[in-house]
This record gives sequence, structure tokens and C-alpha cells, in this order.
Amino acid sequence: MKLIDALMTGLAQGGMIALVALGYTMVFGVLKMINFAHSEVFMMAAYVGLFVIAAVGGTAHPLLAAVGGTVVAMFACSLLGITIERIAYRPIRARTRGSKLARVTPLVTALAVSVLLQNLAQLLFTARYRPYPQLFQNTRPIIFVVAIAMMVFLELVVKKTWFGKAMRALSTNEEAARLMGVRTSRTIAMTFALGSSLAAVGAVLYCLDQSQAYPTMGFKIGTQAFVAAVLGGIGNIPGAMLGGLLIGIIGEMVKLTSYSGGVDVLVFVVLILVLLARPAGLLGTTRVEKV
Amino acid sequence: MRVAHPVRPPVDANAALLEVTDLRVNYGGIAALKGVSLHVGKGEIVAMIGANGAGKTTTLKSIVGLLPVAHGSITYAGKSIVGMAVEDLVEAGISLVPEGRAIFPTLTVLENLELGAYVHRDKKTMRETLEDIVQLFPRLGERMKQEAGTLSGGEQQMLAISRSLMARPSLLLLDEPSLGIAPKLVQQIFVAIAQIAAAGVTILLVEQNTRVALRASHRAYVLRTGEIAKSGPSVELAADPEIQAAYLGG
Ligand SMILES: Nc1ncnc2c1ncn2[C@@H]1O[C@H](COP(=O)(O)OP(=O)(O)O)[C@@H](O)[C@H]1O
Ligand SMILES: [Mg+2]
Repeated sequence: MKLIDALMTGLAQGGMIALVALGYTMVFGVLKMINFAHSEVFMMAAYVGLFVIAAVGGTAHPLLAAVGGTVVAMFACSLLGITIERIAYRPIRARTRGSKLARVTPLVTALAVSVLLQNLAQLLFTARYRPYPQLFQNTRPIIFVVAIAMMVFLELVVKKTWFGKAMRALSTNEEAARLMGVRTSRTIAMTFALGSSLAAVGAVLYCLDQSQAYPTMGFKIGTQAFVAAVLGGIGNIPGAMLGGLLIGIIGEMVKLTSYSGGVDVLVFVVLILVLLARPAGLLGTTRVEKV
Repeated sequence: MRVAHPVRPPVDANAALLEVTDLRVNYGGIAALKGVSLHVGKGEIVAMIGANGAGKTTTLKSIVGLLPVAHGSITYAGKSIVGMAVEDLVEAGISLVPEGRAIFPTLTVLENLELGAYVHRDKKTMRETLEDIVQLFPRLGERMKQEAGTLSGGEQQMLAISRSLMARPSLLLLDEPSLGIAPKLVQQIFVAIAQIAAAGVTILLVEQNTRVALRASHRAYVLRTGEIAKSGPSVELAADPEIQAAYLGG
């Protein structure tokens, strides 16, 4: 029974990590960079969600508050994601295109944006831990169901829509995608919007469960999500889902043992072992050209 | 074959569809094209031959806006297209089948083809063009659901050409379609190219395979280290002793 419980918790936790991991992996796909600011988008979503939930009346209307908070956070974070890309990453990309710095400079920029947003949050919201109201008795199943629903939705977007096809084309070969008429800037902006809104859903779910928002909260979940994305194969969308679920489950399983303090260490050990065996991650591929 | 774009305005049949004048392109400080002039009339198949490194790919890439033009003019259907973005040129009816094919290997054959239609996204046009493609390359029709990376090199080339056709181009630029492909498939591909041209698509074909290119084209240009060394009707070039010695193995 304890095992089943831990498995359920692990799946819920993992589903949420996966939602954040998807943002890392999609942005890596189209830009080949790690968007370190993604964890801060997650954090900002937690605050937006909190304020909207409070404004709607919190525990008085739990369902309305949760849905409203999530939707507004998704919208706000889409805008935030697009803005970050537009004012920080795109100019840097344009200037370093083709140079030796094209790989490093965007990463440093992303770190800078991450620090900037953390400090902005401290300034705006103070460093205080802000509790979320307890809207539901049992949040785990809700988290799991919503996370799975979001992933199904994403799968449909990626497979069935023109944007999804353009995003996958751009991830594989930018020049070829442009030769198809794919507008790179627009597709990149939409990728940021999509990744950020998934992170926003993850953030509100996270807070409904763990119940606090604070400026540095992005670090822990961001690290786990990033590891999940790499574990599954960075750039690979099903990989991020799988990686997230695995990390969630591993975490809860470890908590059952007497080594519960070692979860974070174990996660990295798993990552290193997987990468040694499969350098491109679980579902990532390193392709050979055919003639 | 219905290939002409459904909404594109008709162009004057006698005018050159593509006209390149004194085109110069540099990589860093190094000149790759030193004043290339060529024209392709509507409905023509024009070949550009030349050794590896002569500047063939550079010419095609600068026509489609993937490389900045240092000097010269490029007009398409009478309008200057220098400085236009590749996305806009695809929309205007120019499509490049790039060297090395550049298909999307993790996407299915059908998804690759769908992406070719990204510029118009018209369901009916897509359906019709797909039917044409299956007739043109039956091998592709049998492999629609397969990941494109699992195709053989020749099949990938068929896919790359078909993907370009999905955009319903007026002008098709082909960069070494025979590169690294089994001779039997090369022949199939060139039969298809002739069919595509017969359906009204104008073609500029770049090849190192001189024999095949001269046989498949009406006229040809010989590019040598960034300059046009010779040009004329393909049958005349094929009979030219100098060309035979340099490109046709005597
Ligand atoms: N990206 C590049 N950077 C620098 N030089 C290049 C680049 N691409 C091609 N070149 C040079 O430009 C010349 C023409 O190349 P290219 O157009 O690819 O020739 P071809 O297609 O006829 O084989 C060659 O000398 C080649 O080395
Ligand atoms: Mg070439």
C-alpha cells in the first residue's frame, strides 16, 4: 500500500516536473540553447497564480480560483516568455550568429535573465514565503490528471497543428525549415509561449500541493526539470515527459527508504549512468547521414 | 501533373523567369562568385555544371536569399528579389531542393511533404499535389508513414523534390540531385524532373554529373571558380571537345 501511494505521489510529482521539462526541451529544440530563465518563469507563474486565486476569493470558490489562477498565469507567462526571447535572446542571437560565441553568449544571457527575474521578484514580492490557500483536500490526483491532460494537449499541438510541424522542422534543420517557408521568429516566439504556459500550469499545481511561493523557488524544480529533459534526451518531447515521470517516481521511491535525504544525489547519479550508456538521453538520437 | 501555383499571376511566356546579372558573393573576404550572369526562361530546363567548389551551391543559395549578395541583380518574374527573405521567396514561387537533400529525418514521409505545403496550407491543393507525387514517385506512396530518415538516399532525394513540389513552385532549383545516389535511381529521378518540367515548372539544375545534366537540359552554363566559363545549348556543350575533356572524361 505504501508502495502504491508512493507511486501515485511520484507520478503526480513527475507529471509536474515533466510540464516544466517540456519548456527546456522545446526551447532547446528550436534554439539549441538552455533557457535558464525558464525556472524563473515558473516562479513568476506561482505568484501570478497566487494573486489571482486570492482575488477570486480562494477557498470560497476553490474550482474557480484554481482554474482562473492557472489560466491567467499561463497567459501572463506566455507574454513573459515571449518578452524574454524578444528583448534578451533574439538580439544576442542576431549578433553572435556564425561566430564562435554563438553557443556560449546565449547561455550567459539566459543565466543573467534568470538572476534578474529572481531579484525582480524579491523587489516586487519580497523574499517572504507566501502560502497558497488549501483549495482541495487531495491534490495529487488532480495534479496527475491535469499534467497528463496537458501532455496529451501538447502532443496534439505538436503532431497536428501547422505550428507544431513548423516547430519540429525548425528543431531538426533551421535552413530546411526556412526553405519550406517557416517563419523562424514567429515559430520561436510561439515555442516560448507554449513552454512558458506549460510551466505556469506546473507552477500552480506545484503550489496547490506544496503551498508556498518564494523568489528562489524556481531553482529546485528547475534543476529537476532540466535533469529530466536531459535524461529523456534534450530536444525530444516524449523524452521530457518520460524523464519527468521517472524523476518523480525515483524521488518518491527513495523517500520510502532510509536514504530519503539522498534524493537529489540519486537523481544525478541516475542521470550520469544514463548518459554514460546513452549520451543523447533515453529517447534522444544521434543520427548518421544516409547516402 | 498539376503543379503551377493556383493563385500565382501568369507571367509573360517570352520573358526570362529568372535573370541573374553580375552576381558577386563573398564568404568573409573571399570571393566565391565573381560576377555570374545567367537567365532561365519560363518553361526551360537550364543546367549549371562545374567542378566541386566552383560556386554552384553559392549561386542557388544567393538566389533564394540564404546568402547575402555583395553585388549584382537578381530578378524573378521581372521584379528584383535581392535582399528578400527566403520565406517570402518560397511564397513567391521559388523553391530550392538543397544539396544533400535536408529532409527532416525524424518526421514521417507524409509530415515532410506536409511541411512542403506550409506556404499555402491549402487542403485541396495538398491533396491534389500528393496524388501527383505518388504517381511521380510510387516508392514514396508506399512509405508515407515511415520515418524519412529510414529511406535510402535515392528515396530521400525523391522526397526532397516532392517536398518542394508541395509548395507548387513556378521555379524549381535543384542542387545536385544525383549526388551519392545509385545510378538506377538517378535515372528515375531525371525522368521525374522531365515530367515536372513538362507540367510547366521552370527548372534550374545544378550538377557535377555533367553527362546526366547535359542530357536533361535545354541549355547549360559552365561555372569555373566563381565565373561562367561557357554557356550554350546543352547538345552543343556536350559535343564541345573542351567540355568533353574537362567534364565528360574525354
Ligand atoms: N560557408 C562557407 N564559408 C566559406 N567558404 C565557403 C562556404 N561555402 C562555400 N565556400 C567556398 O566557396 C566556394 C564555392 O562553394 P560552393 O558554392 O559550395 O561550390 P559547389 O557547390 O560548386 O561545389 C568554394 O571555394 C568553397 O570552399
Ligand atoms: Mg555544391
